[in-house]
Amino acid sequence: MRIYVTSVLVDDQAKALAFYTETLGFVKKNDIPLGEASWLTVVSPDDPDGTELLLEPDGHPAAKPFKAALVADGIPLTSFAVDDVDAEYERLRALGVRFTQPPTAMGPTTTAVFDDTCGNLIQIVHVAAA
Amino acid sequence: MGDVFKALADPTRRTILDELADRDDQTLFEICGRLAMKHQLASTRQAVSQHLDVLEAAGLIDVRREGRYKFHSLNRRPLEHIADRWLERS
Repeated sequence: MRIYVTSVLVDDQAKALAFYTETLGFVKKNDIPLGEASWLTVVSPDDPDGTELLLEPDGHPAAKPFKAALVADGIPLTSFAVDDVDAEYERLRALGVRFTQPPTAMGPTTTAVFDDTCGNLIQIVHVAAA
Repeated sequence: MGDVFKALADPTRRTILDELADRDDQTLFEICGRLAMKHQLASTRQAVSQHLDVLEAAGLIDVRREGRYKFHSLNRRPLEHIADRWLERS
């Protein structure tokens, strides 16, 4: 068994695709129409055959209160690895991305948290080389 | 207004204030992360939330809502009152 896909619950798939590709820099992998929505996934250009991120509609009635409660407490829905959190923070801020936590070192780990504009907070992380 | 001294009597609450002195506008998630990663304090999120309520009641932190986010900042004013009370010499 292996993990091939993980998901974020988004309020609008077209908006999510634009943010996750144009702003974050992922690339579209699958876009398969399934009724009202699509099986819409993106991958990292650094790892095109790696784990896909499913931009999944948040239409279930439980999804929106769940997302709102996480955002209110600053809790990211998921976490992406970057080479340099500080550099990524500057790059994304210049593109207008709103951060709820600027880069913060906690031991060897540096993290930051931003708003994905689709109802979620996302953490970016790097671990300093030993 | 809660009791400032009671709020300060707890070591975890003092550590929360230490971390808030580092930077304003921290989310509950960030405060929990700092306690766990920097101080090995494995308090539950609910416990930290209750500590924040006590600190807010004592006027030691300000809670600010901005859109869908909620941020916590240190408020030094009650501590300045303590200094004024015993450290001011005229």
